[in-house]
Amino acid sequence: MDVILFLVFAIIAVLAAINVVVQTHPIASAVSLIGVMGSLAVLYLLLGAEFIAAAQVIVYAGAVMVLFVFVIMLLNAGAEVRKGRSFMASLLGAPVLIALLALLAWFVERIYPESVGVHFGGFTGGGPEAIGRALFTTYLLPFEITSILVLIAILGAVVLARKEID
Amino acid sequence: MTQVPASWFLTLSAVLFVLGVAGFIFRRSVITMFMSIELMLNAVNLTFVTFSYELKQVDGHLFVFFVMVVAAAEAAVGLAIILTVYKSRATLNIDEVNSMKN
Repeated sequence: MDVILFLVFAIIAVLAAINVVVQTHPIASAVSLIGVMGSLAVLYLLLGAEFIAAAQVIVYAGAVMVLFVFVIMLLNAGAEVRKGRSFMASLLGAPVLIALLALLAWFVERIYPESVGVHFGGFTGGGPEAIGRALFTTYLLPFEITSILVLIAILGAVVLARKEID
Repeated sequence: MTQVPASWFLTLSAVLFVLGVAGFIFRRSVITMFMSIELMLNAVNLTFVTFSYELKQVDGHLFVFFVMVVAAAEAAVGLAIILTVYKSRATLNIDEVNSMKN
């Protein structure tokens, strides 16, 4: 059951990620990216991370992607024009990509020869209570710094996107 | 076999990361490159959650939380920069935004 669940959503995630890369229109890429994020949220639930799964749907698939779609619509971004593709890049691109992927997978299998099995309910410490407890005790300082970072980001976005006043 | 090996999750994460790298390198539209960065961040988050399950500790989830906050802040500022560039250049192609090159 867990294996079927993993395989279904892993395949959806990989296909949607490939679609993000190969689609020429930005809005198609954005919708595919929402698919990746949604299937990753299911995998987080499988790993016992309920809070992170909810935050993934709300923050990533909700807020961040709405921002992306908003900008795509605002700029009326059309299909990408393809020109001046170098010969070496088109020749080497796919083989180098597959080589990098194989290297990464080999490292994963080498460092991780006998891995623990993941099954639903194997880890129950990922709920909001555990997260909140760690966030406000061990990780209090990073949490406060994060609030300053978000404040700076808000100010930066407002200053950058402001209409020029002459 | 009813249990999924944890290395499958890590391999999926590696696949998604490489696809994000490929999108960042091959695409020329600024918005799509930005979405590839988000894809890479998501792949890293999956690794954090997998190791958190592995070690039975909640710390990995906290790191994912911070990555999400940074990604949201980055998206807000980055998209504002894209808007500004589009207002001054009227293009989204990264090859035409090269005034720092010469």
